[in-house]
Amino acid sequence: MSLLQIVLRSLRQHLLSTVITAFSIALASGLLMSVWVVKDQARENFTGVDSGFDGVFGARGSKLQLVLNSIFHLEASPGNLSWEQYGQIAADRRVAMAVPIAVGDNYQGYRLVGVTTNLFEVEYREGKKYAVSNGYLFNPKKKQAVVGSFAAERLGLKVGDRFHPYHGLFFDENKQHSETYVVSGIMEPSNTPSDRVIWIPIAGLQNMAGHNAETATDVSAVLVKLRGKSSGMMMSQEFNLQGDVMTFAWPIADTMSKLFNKIAPVEMVLRAVALLVALVAAGSILASIYNSMNERRREIAILRALGARRLTIFSVVVIEASGIAALGALAGFGVYFVIMSIAAWIIRQETGIVLSPLEFQPVMAWAPLAMLGLGALAGLVPAAKAYRTDVAENLTPIS
Amino acid sequence: MTPILPSLLLNIENLCKSYGTPDGSVQTVVDVSEFSLDAAQQTALCGTSGSGKTTFLNLIAGILQPDAGRIELDGCTISDASEAGRDRLRARTIGYIFQTFNLLQGYTCIENVLLGMSFGLGADRRWASELLERVGLGPRLNHFPRQLSTGQQQRVAVARALANRPKLVLADEPTGNLDPASAAEALGLIRETCRENGAALLLVSHDRDVLGQFDDVRDLAEINRAAACPSAGGAKP
Repeated sequence: MSLLQIVLRSLRQHLLSTVITAFSIALASGLLMSVWVVKDQARENFTGVDSGFDGVFGARGSKLQLVLNSIFHLEASPGNLSWEQYGQIAADRRVAMAVPIAVGDNYQGYRLVGVTTNLFEVEYREGKKYAVSNGYLFNPKKKQAVVGSFAAERLGLKVGDRFHPYHGLFFDENKQHSETYVVSGIMEPSNTPSDRVIWIPIAGLQNMAGHNAETATDVSAVLVKLRGKSSGMMMSQEFNLQGDVMTFAWPIADTMSKLFNKIAPVEMVLRAVALLVALVAAGSILASIYNSMNERRREIAILRALGARRLTIFSVVVIEASGIAALGALAGFGVYFVIMSIAAWIIRQETGIVLSPLEFQPVMAWAPLAMLGLGALAGLVPAAKAYRTDVAENLTPIS
Repeated sequence: MTPILPSLLLNIENLCKSYGTPDGSVQTVVDVSEFSLDAAQQTALCGTSGSGKTTFLNLIAGILQPDAGRIELDGCTISDASEAGRDRLRARTIGYIFQTFNLLQGYTCIENVLLGMSFGLGADRRWASELLERVGLGPRLNHFPRQLSTGQQQRVAVARALANRPKLVLADEPTGNLDPASAAEALGLIRETCRENGAALLLVSHDRDVLGQFDDVRDLAEINRAAACPSAGGAKP
């Protein structure tokens, strides 16, 4: 019998502890990979999403709130800009395109965003424009809506359906507007926060019954594409430092990076916890094999009596520990996919950001290898005990 | 020094093994001035409990290292060999049958026999099956020891001892755990299979029925001076 066969027999003989220990390794490995991937992909996606725009203008206030509200469709608007201010931005020679948006209503919790149709001319990702996959784009003069793919799926909306918007960003069944909107189209999935939004003509949102007539022409934010990078610096200087009327969030990725930098210590704690779990799991291998050494002493003595060398016995125990770790690391991918599927679903549900659990990340290679290494290391202690087992003393049964 | 003749398989000279006791004194367990065994010879050693018989066999098997003396087995001086060398020699030359069988409970009959050859010649499944057929366990190749009777377990131990085609089979009270009928059957099997395979047999027992079946029976107390004088720091159980 080869060493591997001897190891397999031993694993089979201690099946319950093998399975339990491998499961703890699987949980640790899966958790380790999930924490790393969620953290890396969340940062990458949140800082990578700019919807094709360079910056956002909004009322004087927090840049982060402005970006979260206008790009990620989270948070409330920090305030409004007047239509004149929008006009002033759009007319600025440094601005290549300006798209005003207005928020303040929802349908069953999914945000209605009033927008002009030039939004659909912008490439939200290189070579990709928002497009209607089913139906057609809304007519700016009619009460029509195009629904983001995710929102349509969750709300069960299809072309031709009618709905009444509700006032506010959060669903309250007592705040239904009297207007009826018709779904004119369903958007192609873009894997961006826009998938969670119901787009309607900006005039429609501004003039919704019950809204303040005095602010009917206001906009929540203006998304801009600039003619050059230097324009961004100049405008940031002009509006953020010298001016005190508007806030200009530019570049968008920087604003989100700052957010992630602020929560970096939390990420570090999460990583530390995941690493600690990995160490504890490795410790469980050590404990499970070490605790079984007493009952194994006779087996080891028998193997030695049959001619097995000390080093062979040492190797069997180390390979056994590595084998448990390998089984766990393999099963860890299953745990990872379960955790990531749930995490990706929640993150998409809440933010529209789409994580890709199947996309290869370096942690998917190093975490299982690290678990294997830790397993082998954990095996050294019981292996040393096995190595020292006295043959003559242990050949007689323990009674 | 006695020269090793071509037919001489085992030659022991001035072999000594002692243990430290809890009270700090040294207890000599084996003190054998001379012992030899020819190839294919079958010898029984009569030894009572405490006569140092297991220690003697463990020294021959290279499981224990003697304090002094010389053990030559099949032309190799096992007493001078390193531990790894003794392991190698044991794996290739010796088969060991224990009173308590010492089968690995997590292994099937055939796996136990395969283990017996794994550290020597290498696993040969056909030979392992043949051995188990020979000892009457052909239909139970894949049974685990717990699924066998005591007598059947001893038969697996016999097959395992012969698995590496040993030149010497050591048997330590091999029938001690068997009823008289099973003991007679097991003993006959051990002797026959050793003869068939050309292996010498050195068996220790205190059972007169067992000893009575051997032509060559030696008293361990006569060979082992430590066993003869237990009061003078003699053998332990």
